[in-house]
This record gives sequence, structure tokens and C-alpha cells, in this order.
Amino acid sequence: MMSADSKTMNMIEAINSAMDVMLGRDDTVVVMGEDVGYFGGVFRATAGLQKKHGKTRVFDTPINECGIIGVAVGMGAYGLRPVPEIQFADYIYPGLDQLVSEAARLRYRSANDFICPMTVRTPFGGGIFGGQTHSQSPESIMTHICGVKTVIPSNPYDAKGLLIAAIEDNDPVVFLEPKRIYNGPFSGYYDRPVEPWSKHVASAVPEGYYRIDLGKAATVREGEAVTVLAYGTMVHVAKTIIEERGIDAEILDLRTLLPLDIEAIEASVRKTGRCLIIHEATRTSGFGAELAALVQERCFYHLEAPVERVTGFDTPYPHSLEWAYFPGPVRIATALDKILKD
Amino acid sequence: MPETPPKRPMGRPASNLPPLSLHIPEPRYRPGDTPDFSDVEIPAVDATPRPGEATKADAMRELCYGLVRVLDFDGQAKGPWNPNLAPDRLRTMLRYMMLLRAFDDRMFRAQRQGKTSFYMKSTGEEATSVASTMAIDRSDMCFPSYRQQGILIARDYPLIQMMNQIYSNRGDHLLGRQLPIMYSAPEHGFFSVSGNLATQYPQAVGWAMASASKGDSRIATVWCGEGSSAEGDFHSALTFATVYNAPVIFNVVNNQWAISSFSGFAGGERTTFAARAVGYGIAGLRVDGNDALAVYAATQWAADRARTNNGPTLIEHFTYRAEGHSTSDDPSAYRAAQEASAWPFGDPVARLRQHLEALGEWDAERHEAQRTELEELVKTTQKQSEKLGVLGHGMHQPFETMFQDVFEDMPWHLQEQCDQMLAEQKTKFGADWKPE
Repeated sequence: MMSADSKTMNMIEAINSAMDVMLGRDDTVVVMGEDVGYFGGVFRATAGLQKKHGKTRVFDTPINECGIIGVAVGMGAYGLRPVPEIQFADYIYPGLDQLVSEAARLRYRSANDFICPMTVRTPFGGGIFGGQTHSQSPESIMTHICGVKTVIPSNPYDAKGLLIAAIEDNDPVVFLEPKRIYNGPFSGYYDRPVEPWSKHVASAVPEGYYRIDLGKAATVREGEAVTVLAYGTMVHVAKTIIEERGIDAEILDLRTLLPLDIEAIEASVRKTGRCLIIHEATRTSGFGAELAALVQERCFYHLEAPVERVTGFDTPYPHSLEWAYFPGPVRIATALDKILKD
Repeated sequence: MPETPPKRPMGRPASNLPPLSLHIPEPRYRPGDTPDFSDVEIPAVDATPRPGEATKADAMRELCYGLVRVLDFDGQAKGPWNPNLAPDRLRTMLRYMMLLRAFDDRMFRAQRQGKTSFYMKSTGEEATSVASTMAIDRSDMCFPSYRQQGILIARDYPLIQMMNQIYSNRGDHLLGRQLPIMYSAPEHGFFSVSGNLATQYPQAVGWAMASASKGDSRIATVWCGEGSSAEGDFHSALTFATVYNAPVIFNVVNNQWAISSFSGFAGGERTTFAARAVGYGIAGLRVDGNDALAVYAATQWAADRARTNNGPTLIEHFTYRAEGHSTSDDPSAYRAAQEASAWPFGDPVARLRQHLEALGEWDAERHEAQRTELEELVKTTQKQSEKLGVLGHGMHQPFETMFQDVFEDMPWHLQEQCDQMLAEQKTKFGADWKPE
């Protein structure tokens, strides 16, 4: 369903379009990061933006994540709206103090004297043979910080609308981009051909401005038998398995982990009485633990089976054994069987 | 299970080469020692040349190893760095430094009296904040560390607001959220103080980059201690500043001590802190930090340089921390008691006073009168502030403020936690309890 002003975009193009729109609308927006300027980013997310908007709006930075985020905090204090890119989420750790102790706390500690309207974009997740330093999913590190919002899109349409909302937000937002699905949704079957976004309905993306409010989940699929909570790449993997097995599952794409759409989660779990949580990140203290606790606290008397988690294992992301690590079709199907057994 | 031998046995020489040894820095004097600073190199007062503000950094490297001085030890202003300030300006500078000292003394005492949890004095280092602030424009942005209350004093920030913050009382506009002395004053160009060291360094660079990218004329200045120059943020900041030629002044207040660790633990045994600039290709100046006119002159030079798009400057203020790190510190446990009095660069307030007296623009009578006047001013203001409460005697902020400003709008989970906390107060104080 393409409207007149829509265009078929993959996720990279949609993200690029969101920055392009915001650079054009708001002259305080600046985009910066390693290789983002002339070259346009290692994943091409900023391709053409420097040429169009100029070198002082879109520029390369030193390889120094502490500096990138620290400088962005100072720019925010001046009145700019910085959109720094961290080339891989795995590289965000040198900048974590600036994110946790500075960006996230600035509004609170200064009682609104200073704010940090920064959006940190960063590709995350595995499935691209990135090894342990190009595959991590650090979303629960982000959600554990008070004062940061965490957003994860799962398709081009959402990516653009959510990124625009993130850039317009007056608080720091970590915008985690599931890089496995930059070019097409992923079924979970690594040995099958990759399907391009153009065959997916959410690849029809308006060329102009629109926003999707943060804090709202999307119902990807309605169902009665079980609620599946997922985000990013795992939304598509879950959908494939569920459809293959003909399970009447309801899939919620959380889209924003913090603030979380607790109403949508509660409503769905109360309806289905069962809940499966899927994420690619390591299991222990992962975001699934938070979700499981919330579901248990709020929906206990509606539950007909224990809440299940399907996650990555508590190991570094292995290179050669990537597909044994990845929470793919077998792990998800096993969990669904268990949760639906009674 | 069979024991696996370690791949490389520890503690056994691998060969007949002489054993390596690890150097652990050690300060020259410890409690009980008599400090002797007679070997500290003090270049002649007019020995350090003053290059033009546009001089290329690599053509002025020797300034990183010299010492910018203006006042000799007889109170005469000499040499190429003399800023030739009018007597009125000098008297204003002296007044700010004396006010800062009176304020520090009073607030230190308030902490000892149990009226607040914490305080940090800037005794002996007053020039490094007051004179440098006076040398920049009031609209320039300051990113302080924790010992730069002199910036606020030199910008006429209301003392009562500083005290309200220290007491976390009803008048504290930071709502009692921050440790005492971690002020925030945007209208006075003073960034919110962080407790994490040197994080303000890249932030100042970002502010300066933003100013430059918008064609503004304002510059940024930032302070840290020699100890925290070891933080990665310091080096991140210098890298970004040199890459983008940012209009920023980096101040390193080398007061010799980082709590109990002497400057050797930040690399001070090997080179100067100003010399950090050399590797980054930015201008560096090493200044007598107890000479208010030298601090002023160096800052003015750096500000002119930044404002004319000639880039950043790193200024090392060579000074001495005359008091403990904070009210939680006991310097007698780790350093020689006479170090401050033996410090060869004297006391910054006394030296500026001596200069004004040498000019015939000041005298002992006026000095004593001003001291009394400022002490009275601080005391009177303190009484006003204490009417709004002191720390620990009743809670001064509405309870729900704990949950405000985490985000611009309060999300549901914080609202729930806020409700829980309010309910807890009813359990504690009775069902009739109401939030303020």
C-alpha cells in the first residue's frame, strides 16, 4: 500500500531519511560519528547527508566514543540536538560514563538548568558473523540507566518514525538498530535466501516527516494462545516460527523498551494467559528478566503456564558457532511447545 | 585431575638478564619531614617570552616547560606578560579572592558544625578561578570541576544561592539533589558540576564546537586538577579540540595533591602538565598559579587566541592545595605539615595585596577593613540562608521532587514508584500525612 509520497525503503534508507528530514527541519540537529561524513557510514546510514547539509552539520569524528558522547553532551548544553553514531553497539562502552553519569543525569542533577536532547544511534545484534565485538545486544545495560530512553525498531517504517521522535525528544535516547535486518527481515533460517524489505509492507515509507511516539508497542499479529514479547530482529524470527507451526500467538513488538508499553503487555497476557519473551541478548539479567518479573507481578492470576524466556546464551558471541548461539527456530519452537503443553 | 603447569612460571627469571624493577612514585616529603622546595625551578619574572596569540603551537613549545610570571616576590609587576590592569580592576580582583576565602572559611566551619555533609575549600588556589574568570567575557561558558567556586564569586552569583545549595535547603534550586558545592548556574555561564572527574572536559569542547559551528563569538573554558588529567576524558577532549580547532581553554590546576596522591601519580615526575599540549599540537602555557596577574594574562592570551579562530590552549596553573582535599580528608596523614607555608610561590591573596600596596593603591588599614566587611557579609548571608534550613534538620524538598526531572515527562514506572514512596511516608508518619 504505497501512498503518493511513499517510497520503498530498506531500514538503512529509512534511517537515513529520518536524519535527512530532521537536518532539514531543525538547524540545531547535527549528525556525527566515525566515518559518517564524506563516506556516509560503514552501514551507509548517513550516505549523502554531508553533501546535502554541509560539513558542520554532518561530520566525521575521532575514534573515541567517550569523546563522541561527551562532546554531544556539551553540544546539547549549548542548544544543539546532536545525533551521534556509535559504529557498533559493542564500541559504546568507552563512552558509557558520559552516557550514564552525564547525559542521563544532567536534567535531574541541574533541576532542568541543562538538558541533553541527544540521540545515540548504534547498530547492534548478531547474525552477521561479526564475532564477539560486532554482535552484542547491550539493551539491558541501557534500560538499567535511569534517565535514558531505549528504542529498538524492527522495520523501515517504524525506524524512521521512531528515529524522528527520538531526535525530537528532549531527553537522551539510545536508538539500537538491529543490523541483521538492515537489508531485509530475517526468518531465523540462516541457510535460506535473504528476503529484501521491498516484499514487506513496512518498507513503504513516507518521504517526508512523520513520527511514531516513543513508549508504544505494536501488535504484529493478533492471537489467543500465547503472547510473544519481542523486539528488533527477533520479531521476524518469532513470526516465521509461529506461522510455520500454525500457532495462534499474539506478537507484540515492544519498539521502546523504556518507557515500556506496559498496558499493551498486560492486556495481551491477560487475554492469552501465556507469555514467551524472546531476545538475542545474553540471558542473565537480560531485559527478559525485567519483562518476566513485570508479567508475573501484574498478570499472575491470569497465567496458565510459567513465563518462558528464549535468549542468547551467557557466553561471548562466538564467531564460528554463531548459529548455535542465536535463539533461532529450534529454541523458540521448543519453548512454545513447553508453554502450550497444558 | 592432573595439575596443569602455568604456561609461564611467575617470579622466575626467563634468562640471565638483570631483573626488571617496577617504579612506584613516592612524594619527597611525608608527615614529620621538613619540606625543602629550594630546588624548585623559578625562572626570572621576565624570562618567559609572550608570543603573539596566533603563534603556531609547535613554535612556542618552550612555554610548556617555562613559567609565565608577572609579579615578582617584592610585589612588582614586570615583563612581557604584565596585563597592566587599572588599580580599580586589581582591587576588584583582590576583593573577589578575599570574598572567596571568607566564604570558604565560613562554609568549612558550617560543615564542622554539622550543618551540611561536605565542603571543599580552594585556599591557596583562589587566583586560578577568580583571575581566569575575570580574563574572559561574562558570556563565555565555564565548565568547572569541584573547586572553582571562585568562578561564581567573580561573576557576582548571589552568595545565598551558593549557601542554599550547600545546605540542600528550601532555597536550593537544585532541590537538594546534588552533593554540596556541585552548583549549577546557567545564567552565570556556569555548567552543572559533576562528581565524576574530568567528564566536563569533552563537554566543554562540544560546547565550543557548537559555538563555532553556529558562528557565535563565545568561547568555553574548563577546569580539572592535575590528578584527573589522567582520566581518559581529558585526552578525548584534547583530541577533539585539536581536530576541530575548538575555541576552548583547558585549565589544569596543578595543586600537587589529588586527595593523598601526589602529582607523580598523574605523571608529574616526568614532565609538566602543560607539556600534555605538545603531543596534541595545541598551545600550552605553564603559569605561576599563585600569581593572579600571570593567571589573568595567560587566560587573556588564550581567550584572544580562541576568539580569533586560532584554537585551544592548555594552561597549567602551578599552585599548591593549602588545605585538605575536602572536609572528609586529613592531609596530616600523608604529607608534611609545613608544605603549604614552605611553598616557594607564597599565597595568592597576600601577593596581590602586596602588589597593590607597592603601587600605593592599597594599605593595611583598607585591607583589614575589607576583610572584616566581607566576613560580615558572609556571616549575614549565612544567617539568611539558614532561615531556609540546613541539611538534616527536617526535609526541605517536597517528596515527589525525587521523581521529577529524571525525564521531561514522568513515565508510568516512575509515577508508580512515586506513589509507593508517598504511601511509605503514611506508614511512617501516620495516615493523616500529606505531601507538602
